[in-house]
Amino acid sequence: MHAKTANKIATATIYTLVGIVVIILIGILGNILVSGVPHLSWHFLTSEASSFQAGGGVRDQLWNSLYLLIITLVISIPVAIGAAIYLSEYAADNWLTGLIKTTIEILSSLPSIVVGLFGYLLFVVQFHFGFSILAGALALTFFNLPTLTSNIQQALEGVPQTQRDAGLALGLSNWKTIRGIVLPAALPGILTGVILSAGRIFGEAAALIYTAGQSGSIISFTNWNPFSPTSFLNVMRPAETLAVHIWRVNTEGIIPDANMVSAATGALLIIVVILFNLGARILGNHLYSKMTAAKS
Amino acid sequence: MVDNAGAIITTKDVHLSYGSHEALHGISLDFKENELTALLGPSGCGKSTFLRCLNRMNDDIPNIKITGNIRFEGKNIYSPKMDLVWLRKEVGMVFQQPAPFPFSVYKNIAYGLQLEGIRDKELIDQRVEESLKQAAIWNEVKDDLNRNAQDFSGGQQQRICIARALAVHPKVVLLDEPTSALDPISSSEVEETLANLKHEFTFIMVTHNLQQASRISDKTAFLMNGNLIEYGPTEKMFLNPQNQITSDYLNGRFG
Repeated sequence: MHAKTANKIATATIYTLVGIVVIILIGILGNILVSGVPHLSWHFLTSEASSFQAGGGVRDQLWNSLYLLIITLVISIPVAIGAAIYLSEYAADNWLTGLIKTTIEILSSLPSIVVGLFGYLLFVVQFHFGFSILAGALALTFFNLPTLTSNIQQALEGVPQTQRDAGLALGLSNWKTIRGIVLPAALPGILTGVILSAGRIFGEAAALIYTAGQSGSIISFTNWNPFSPTSFLNVMRPAETLAVHIWRVNTEGIIPDANMVSAATGALLIIVVILFNLGARILGNHLYSKMTAAKS
Repeated sequence: MVDNAGAIITTKDVHLSYGSHEALHGISLDFKENELTALLGPSGCGKSTFLRCLNRMNDDIPNIKITGNIRFEGKNIYSPKMDLVWLRKEVGMVFQQPAPFPFSVYKNIAYGLQLEGIRDKELIDQRVEESLKQAAIWNEVKDDLNRNAQDFSGGQQQRICIARALAVHPKVVLLDEPTSALDPISSSEVEETLANLKHEFTFIMVTHNLQQASRISDKTAFLMNGNLIEYGPTEKMFLNPQNQITSDYLNGRFG
């Protein structure tokens, strides 16, 4: 075939395939937003879920989702950064490191329902945490750590070796080079990894059904004592998240407006993920330019 | 404390091996203070490896073994008592690829000083200006000190790196092919900078560029296959090499 024709065909094919992906994405997003957004209202966001009648909201679920996300990130980010620094900067290139890296890759494809069952057996039953935010956050940490670690590791490995040499040649210790030069340079990549994980955590349902539980206890947003069972800050209370709420309303819910509630909750979930994404990017760019004086 | 012949760094019988492979077979060379010495030789001859022994940049390579004696101002740099931070402050380094840190120009230069514990803002400002001037980059960056150093051109970045190395007032600066990644114009800017500074600092420069070596170096050492073939004043070496191999290399018969 003529090289020019082959090139045209290849280009057209690639454009078509990209087009399919974009259409699917727009279709899904559009469908969820179009069917959900009209049902979103201030009332929906600020009232409790209802068990039997129509007109319930998702106030507690929204808060639980955000709270779980924050706690999970607070636990998993330091651990993942530490592990990633070890793997990319300190680990010798031998079979053990290879084994660790392979294990992390395998773990990152672990089905979330399996992580959920594991969390249930270990945290809920063995450690007597009961269905609780803490058990849910720990299960999500297990679910999230492998991906987050390898994302951060890739970000660190993307920093050119010349930067490390330059740091060492200036008399910096290994650790100071990592902390002062490699980490700031890798920040945009690390941030992307965190954002991707946050999306996964926020939308996760299967790992939470058996750990954080599916029932919302009655909570009060004016009770600031984190040890009180009705406080919204208590980490030992069961907590249903938005994603679990969608699942439950559709499987065992008996409210008459189940379709409407799940459509609105789905739209809300996506909107919050998008907002989180944008917020994290703005914060990250701000941090990056403050650390590096780069205009981005 | 400078050696009798005015040498600031002396090396005696330096052997270096990676595992069972020996890359340097006993090199003895003395570097005189405030001169620019060029290390020449074909690729893989060990000149960069040798250069990196002089501020112990090879330390972290697995299975490496370095024997012989390398002294800076009479002190054995491979002694367990040697303070690496001090050594690298005294013996700075500039690399082949310009490697400014992802910070502002100002912070790049100030970083080494802050590590030394200098907190006096005025002193830091003064050193930043002084070293950027020495590296002949001040006029190009003086209005952009808060811009990211990586936003500048390759030649400018390399001169910022030279300024960064000079800011801590080193006695020796090691240059590992400092212009080979740059375009001809940037390359000549860096070369000119070095030529102007060579009586204030001791430079040891690895280069592949023979013209560059002949233009700016005072002494030239020619290495091949891990051996020092010839060493002497640059002019003498280029006009009248003692060794046939040196002559062949300088005339471009191999390399």
